[in-house]
Amino acid sequence: MDKWEFGLTMMIVGVGGTFLTLWILSVAVDLLKKVFPLAQQENTAEKKP
Amino acid sequence: MLESVIAGLAGLASGSVFLFTQGLPNLIMLLISGTLLYLGAKKGVEPLLLVPIGFGCLLVNVPLSDLMDQGGFLRTLYEAGVANELFPLLIFVGIGAMTDFGPLLENPRILLFGAAGQVGIFVTLLLALALGFPQLEAVAIAVIGACDGPTAIYVASQYAPQLLGPISVAAYSYMALVPIIQPPIMKALTTPAERVIRMKASKKSVSQTTKVLFPIVVTLLGGLIAPKGLPLLGTIMLGNFMRECGVVARLTKASENEIANIVTLFLGLAIGATMEGNAFLKPTTLAIFGLGFVAICLDTVAGVLFGKLVCFATGGKVNPLIGAAGISAYPMAARVVQTQGLRYDKKNHLLMHAAGANTGGQIGSVVAAAVMLSVLKGMGLV
Repeated sequence: MDKWEFGLTMMIVGVGGTFLTLWILSVAVDLLKKVFPLAQQENTAEKKP
Repeated sequence: MLESVIAGLAGLASGSVFLFTQGLPNLIMLLISGTLLYLGAKKGVEPLLLVPIGFGCLLVNVPLSDLMDQGGFLRTLYEAGVANELFPLLIFVGIGAMTDFGPLLENPRILLFGAAGQVGIFVTLLLALALGFPQLEAVAIAVIGACDGPTAIYVASQYAPQLLGPISVAAYSYMALVPIIQPPIMKALTTPAERVIRMKASKKSVSQTTKVLFPIVVTLLGGLIAPKGLPLLGTIMLGNFMRECGVVARLTKASENEIANIVTLFLGLAIGATMEGNAFLKPTTLAIFGLGFVAICLDTVAGVLFGKLVCFATGGKVNPLIGAAGISAYPMAARVVQTQGLRYDKKNHLLMHAAGANTGGQIGSVVAAAVMLSVLKGMGLV
């Protein structure tokens, strides 16, 4: 594999892989927030000093 | 007797004689160590790292001291924690313990800013290859663009240990220079109207359960996608899990204080010890510093351009300046965004959004490095 093939592969898979991984993580966080929503009680407790 | 005395005196003078006859590289490195110590101790530029690095550099360049030879104490430190990547990983536990991912969890899509902020890594990889660096060295140099010292050290110590000194110093120097490097780029790429966009404060929406489960989910998903980077992701998330679960306060405090402090000292000294004159003073060092600078500029460019894209897609609800915070330099990049936001509109507080993007950048930099290592493994290069 020559250096340009290597570089371009790293760039395409690297940028794509990073975006994809972080997008998957953001979807997972959304799911977590849906499954474990902030309870009203927790919200109020956080506001108290 | 006289001969013994002369031989003894010659032993005392040998260091000075060496320095002034064949020690020009050592002399230059002693000046560089003085500069690092001055920047760290007097100017407050990343003092926790630059002071031990500068002193390690000073120690290793005193001629004939043999501190990096087998059995020397700097060699022992190097082998104990840098050659096997232990020290950067222990630092990551501390970083995880210190970081509040709350602002990021409030708006998880902001994680994508953390991906945009890593584009510079991959463009710099191409530039390093164009300059003739071998593949693995080019990867290690490009990771300076992660704007994340421990990640740069981790990758360099594995794949380009001979470049560890310049890569580490470049990574930490440019992290400290983020407040100088970013603002002109942010201004050049945004319009006056974009810079004054106010963003709505997000409502508190994250439960403690979500905060506790987040590090576990990131470790599992990230590890499955990019297993070669699991040590990086796993250690930062271990620290964060200890912080959020709240039942190991002593371990959390030790991670963010005692362990992080001790390891920072050892890591800095060991990195400084790699800056021996003959190894450091090469044209490649200058090239590494140049490429590191380009990488961080490109990260900022990509982040702000991504911010503009999101601004356009959301009908002007997102201030593109927060794209600049998608790098790993935490919390400096978030503070830069806040300062710039206030500069153009005295009531525009972007800090919380920028902090979210910045913690996204922390995860993004680790994920980018993890993806790179796994792609290298997939290509059979490591």
